[in-house]
Amino acid sequence: MYDEYALMLARIQFAFTISFHIIFPAITIGLASYLVILEGMWLKSKKQVYLNLYDFWLKVFAVNFGMGVVSGLVMAYQFGTNWAGFSNFAGSITGPLLTYEVLTAFFLEAGFLGVMIYGRQKVGPGLHYFATIMVATGTIISTFWILASNSWMQTPQGIEIVNGQVIPVDWFAVIFNPSFPYRLVHMTVAAFVATSFFVAASSAWHLLRGNRTPEVKKMLSMAMWMALISACVQVVVGDLHGLNTLKHQPAKIAAMEGHWENIGDEPTPLILFGIPDNEAERTKYKVEIPALGSLILTHSLDKQVPALKDFPKDERANSLVVFWTFRIMAGLGFLMVLAGFWSLWLRKKNTLFDNKLFLRFIFLMGPSGLIAILAGWFTTEVGRQPWIVYGLMKTKDAVTLHPVGHMSLSLGLFVVSYFLLFGIGIYYMLQIVRKGPNQHSEHLPFQPHNLFSSQDEEH
Amino acid sequence: MNYGGIDFTLVWLAIILFGLAMYVIMDGFDLGIGILFPFFKHKEDKDVMMNTVAPVWDGNETWMVLGGAALMGVFPVAYSVILSALYLPLIFMLLALIFRGVAFEFRFKADESHTKYWDASFFFGSLIATFFQGVVLGAIIEGMPVVDRQFAGSSFDWVAPFPLFSGLGLVVAYALLGATWLLIKTEGALEAQIRRYSYVLTALFLLTILIISIWTPLAHDTIASRWFSAPNFYFLMPIPFIVALVGMLLLYTIKIRHSHYPFFMVLILMLLGFVGLLISLWPNIIPYDVTFWEAAAPIESQVFMLIGTLLILPVILMYTGWSYYVFRGKVRPGEGGYH
Repeated sequence: MYDEYALMLARIQFAFTISFHIIFPAITIGLASYLVILEGMWLKSKKQVYLNLYDFWLKVFAVNFGMGVVSGLVMAYQFGTNWAGFSNFAGSITGPLLTYEVLTAFFLEAGFLGVMIYGRQKVGPGLHYFATIMVATGTIISTFWILASNSWMQTPQGIEIVNGQVIPVDWFAVIFNPSFPYRLVHMTVAAFVATSFFVAASSAWHLLRGNRTPEVKKMLSMAMWMALISACVQVVVGDLHGLNTLKHQPAKIAAMEGHWENIGDEPTPLILFGIPDNEAERTKYKVEIPALGSLILTHSLDKQVPALKDFPKDERANSLVVFWTFRIMAGLGFLMVLAGFWSLWLRKKNTLFDNKLFLRFIFLMGPSGLIAILAGWFTTEVGRQPWIVYGLMKTKDAVTLHPVGHMSLSLGLFVVSYFLLFGIGIYYMLQIVRKGPNQHSEHLPFQPHNLFSSQDEEH
Repeated sequence: MNYGGIDFTLVWLAIILFGLAMYVIMDGFDLGIGILFPFFKHKEDKDVMMNTVAPVWDGNETWMVLGGAALMGVFPVAYSVILSALYLPLIFMLLALIFRGVAFEFRFKADESHTKYWDASFFFGSLIATFFQGVVLGAIIEGMPVVDRQFAGSSFDWVAPFPLFSGLGLVVAYALLGATWLLIKTEGALEAQIRRYSYVLTALFLLTILIISIWTPLAHDTIASRWFSAPNFYFLMPIPFIVALVGMLLLYTIKIRHSHYPFFMVLILMLLGFVGLLISLWPNIIPYDVTFWEAAAPIESQVFMLIGTLLILPVILMYTGWSYYVFRGKVRPGEGGYH
């Protein structure tokens, strides 16, 4: 059982490190764009409220970015340390895409981050705004390359296989593979959704505690507009992504639906709840709605969705896991849309900042975007199994079989250090959020040079 | 891999070596600052030291990510063999870099009473990361057996005198780089203290170079025959003399209190060491079984990456230089932070 254990430990290690990692870039992507908007509004209107918000969220951004960088460093090396078979087989695809990510995104972010965080008094406002824009651009470019690489592993094309190695023949086809556009938009929008609920929950917390400065109100208002728009867009994008997955990875959809076999010509039902049993090959205790599966996934009432039993047993993903992670993601998405429309209704009634029930709900929804992202990634990554490169290479052939002792040691170290360090980091982030943005005072004269030092209260 | 008269693999080798040199120099001095941390007692001094690199360390470390990515893209065989052979030292290095990296932000966010923990995290992180980088380098010089494009040695091969010593050697080298960087960025009593350390570190560094230069050819016949056979010997003979000369210049420039020259002298010494290493290992990427060409990725990957790299790398160097320019000059207590 040596191999089984080593493979399992390698998979747990990868899932653990990337799950922690993905939280930080998701917030980074959203906050970077938020900061661009805030600084732009400040430059245009010269209203102090925007600058106060910028300085406030910049601190959160900096802590979050630091954690993203160091946890990302691990990812760049883990392909080699733990997945030598994969690197050997597909390094000629993943390596160049990752290299482009470093060249066009990481350097851009790192190069301008220093100016963005420390450079306000060293460069003019125009250059400083340029630095903010460059950092935000870097986060989007980074998403582009990493999603291209991941999507290629999901829907590979543009290659030949010679002597057990992937040879790229058409880079355009490699990058713009069939699932790439959907994944890219889905993930980017997810980052915006997650950030807007994080920001909204922060302001809801302050409002509930009686902190009703213009900054706090502005934060909630901007975040709820963003939440409404991005959550609604996400519903459409998610639907299109689902259709795309059905076309290219039908086994994944079948596992997500807990759908084992089609009966005659009947349209496929939608199983709302149930417990897929991979051994017994059926979904227990299911609550289903007839034909709705066909309607959602094929946009018709008569076409059938492929079922799990249509695929060999050793080429099916773990249905129990993806069935539930998918429902967590979709369920949270539904609540997000609800929150968005609720805010719209309260705006109309002019009670957005006063409705306690709404504010409490929004506060609880704070981590919802991040949970949805994690659940979504589990759905798509576990759903791809047993393949690491869909249809081309199985995960068990990709792993480096280190001694189980080493793998356990390194996994243990990762778990302990990540929980310790990132736990503390998230605590610091929440501490900053708890202090809230600088209070807006109309009476103080505008003093651009003291903007950073005047609020030097936490160190 | 020759294609249209151009050896792309060779071009790539040059780019990766350039990236590696950039990494060693730039992350070298900021890791060095971490190594020197416990030798400074006052919190203000530590703040200044950290603030000399806070705006740039992230960019410095990006060269390491580039190294990993480009190695995977251009030399996938070397990437998978070397990284799986050196699994434990690399994992330790990555974990240490995490502890050190978060300290930059956390140290200024923590309660005053907790600062010491982040000081420790910064010091041990820098020390351990540097040590294991040296171990990795030493283990590569030692060579690793490869069968069927896979590592065929044991996972503790790196626990040997030479890799462990080269780990210590790199600690000394980075500490000296860090110290001479601080000579540029600090003033007053802090600068005087660093100058005193710089003498000691220079002596230790020259001693390390001497030991490694004797040890390497003694332990590796291939390297010995490379250096001590005619006509190589005559071409290579000046190198030790140049090292000695630059070493003396280094001590002299520290003595006359020049702010920038000592740092550049250390850079020259490290580049010489780098060249020496390249001469010793040529043409192997995994000593002594796999050459650069044997480990290379398909030409399609190399060309695709090269187009972008040649266009983008100069731009990166430009804005990196600009960022260093924005934060030029001495860092004084109480400034440089946004915290």
